[in-house]
Amino acid sequence: MTKLFEVPLYPYRHSPDQDAPAPVRHPVVIIGAGPVGLAMAIDLAQADVPVLVLDDNDKVSVGSRAICFAKRSLEIFDRLGCGDQMVEKGVVWNLGKVYFGDRQVYNFDLLPEAGHKRPAFINLQQYYCELYLVERIRALQAEGKPVEIRGGNRVENLHQYDDHTLVTIETAEGAYNLEADWLIACDGANSPARRMLDLDFVGRVFEDNFLIADVVMKADFPTERWFWFDPPFNKDQSALLHKQPDGVWRIDLQLGWDIDKEKEKKPENVIPRLKQMLGEEVEFDLEWVSIYTFQCRRMEQFRHGRVVFAGDSAHQVSPFGARGANSGFQDADNLGWKLKLVLDGKAPETLLDSYTFEREHGADENILQSSRSTDFITPKSEMSRIFRDAVLDLSEHYEFARPLVNSGRLSVPCVYDGSPLNGPDAETLPNRTRPGSPAVDAPMGDDWLLQRLGGSFTLLGIGANVPEEIEMGGIVVKGVSIPGDAVSMELKERYLGTSGKAFYLIRPDQHIAARWLDYAEEELVAALKTAMGW
Amino acid sequence: MTPDLTAPKLETPDAFYADLLAAHEGLTKAESDACNARLILLMANHIADNEVLRELLDAAKRR
Repeated sequence: MTKLFEVPLYPYRHSPDQDAPAPVRHPVVIIGAGPVGLAMAIDLAQADVPVLVLDDNDKVSVGSRAICFAKRSLEIFDRLGCGDQMVEKGVVWNLGKVYFGDRQVYNFDLLPEAGHKRPAFINLQQYYCELYLVERIRALQAEGKPVEIRGGNRVENLHQYDDHTLVTIETAEGAYNLEADWLIACDGANSPARRMLDLDFVGRVFEDNFLIADVVMKADFPTERWFWFDPPFNKDQSALLHKQPDGVWRIDLQLGWDIDKEKEKKPENVIPRLKQMLGEEVEFDLEWVSIYTFQCRRMEQFRHGRVVFAGDSAHQVSPFGARGANSGFQDADNLGWKLKLVLDGKAPETLLDSYTFEREHGADENILQSSRSTDFITPKSEMSRIFRDAVLDLSEHYEFARPLVNSGRLSVPCVYDGSPLNGPDAETLPNRTRPGSPAVDAPMGDDWLLQRLGGSFTLLGIGANVPEEIEMGGIVVKGVSIPGDAVSMELKERYLGTSGKAFYLIRPDQHIAARWLDYAEEELVAALKTAMGW
Repeated sequence: MTPDLTAPKLETPDAFYADLLAAHEGLTKAESDACNARLILLMANHIADNEVLRELLDAAKRR
């Protein structure tokens, strides 16, 4: 059977750019057709920004890689027009088991908060995520949107000028040049773009190796997440078992730093470990094995003139908490609308400085969270191990110790507190929807709040009327009015608190820019200008 | 409000001290360390106030 990741999805094709007498200029060039680069391309294409994606390969990624897509990513996919495909294919689980040494210490039911369109997260192989993103790009192309993926196009060199970057590309038919007004590097943790521009990637907080295996079970096996601390089959390390679609289970075995990668990867070494883990009687096929090395670090600055870094190229974290791909989608979500406004001449180029402020803040938060998880999973001193083991011992009989167990805190979107784009706040309104926060979903009859917001600047009137469209500063702010009798319990709790009405100005990436109990038009204009970087 | 950490509050200090030593009676150093760690976690949860806990940590570090 041909596997999904063996089929060329965007094979190399000769482009007229290769025959042009002078390098052809493109408004936006994205390096890397991974999940982040593809999401970025969709966002821009939907906004009618011509975008070209370059990738040295022509297929989706091999093996499952990123497997956990958190709610905020699913909400972003909804805005990008491919949320349903992801969620229909993905696996939702709620039951988890935690093992310490040779015994199970407790299990838990996640019981996610009600009143959201999307689950807290789904498990889905990265190759499916990429496939649905590529399919979405094909659909946009069919609608005539200006987006192109060029496979077999390897970026070999970059030369930065004040107002563009000269990109040298190698193909099977030889090299050619093109020019990019804006270049977005989504080329992964080992980012060749970062290297070509000789940029730093600092802050090595932690490093580790993981053996990652995808196994296909031959019989039924429960849809649960199992996490082991210090199991007999992987002494002093951790192990994780996760269900994915198509009867594939993902196994992560922590290996430590000083290991022989080639030896660890051999099936004769992998299979006995997996049997210890799953039980001797469980039959399975090994689909894919890889060793994944990570370090916790980020670039000092995500933007260098007209080159912007997004996703793993800009920041790398440990896998605990699923903060890699999920934070990359937030990067793309944050950058897309800002770049569009700058390209249209409606916002100053300095608006992009807020991308670096907000997403560097996000990366720091993710690095902090994932460092805390790794400190728990791999204690760094004798005393931290004693406390870690004490927490796990107590967790068996004392419920209070369970929230201290840290096998990764699931990625939640970053709140941009202190962002230069934040406008006025009405502090009596609920804290979780303060300026800088991502808009929290809530039911609206048969519909959902985030569906109604879409991807433009929106003025949301809750328990109050706002105009359907407000034109100002060369852009159109969409008005969404929710009359008092249509305010659901969740909407009230999340947006009104004890107030009877409120007005929220929401950015195209669905983060809250400002809010009022009552507003005057000049306050709205001022907040919009602030949110657009003026 | 800063908690008062200096005032004596134990009703029967000798009895508590004896219980504390008795809890460690016959334990190896490793077992005692583990027991102390569990005790700290149980007490922390019982105290439950982050600000008080930070004060206690600072006081413990100062000696």
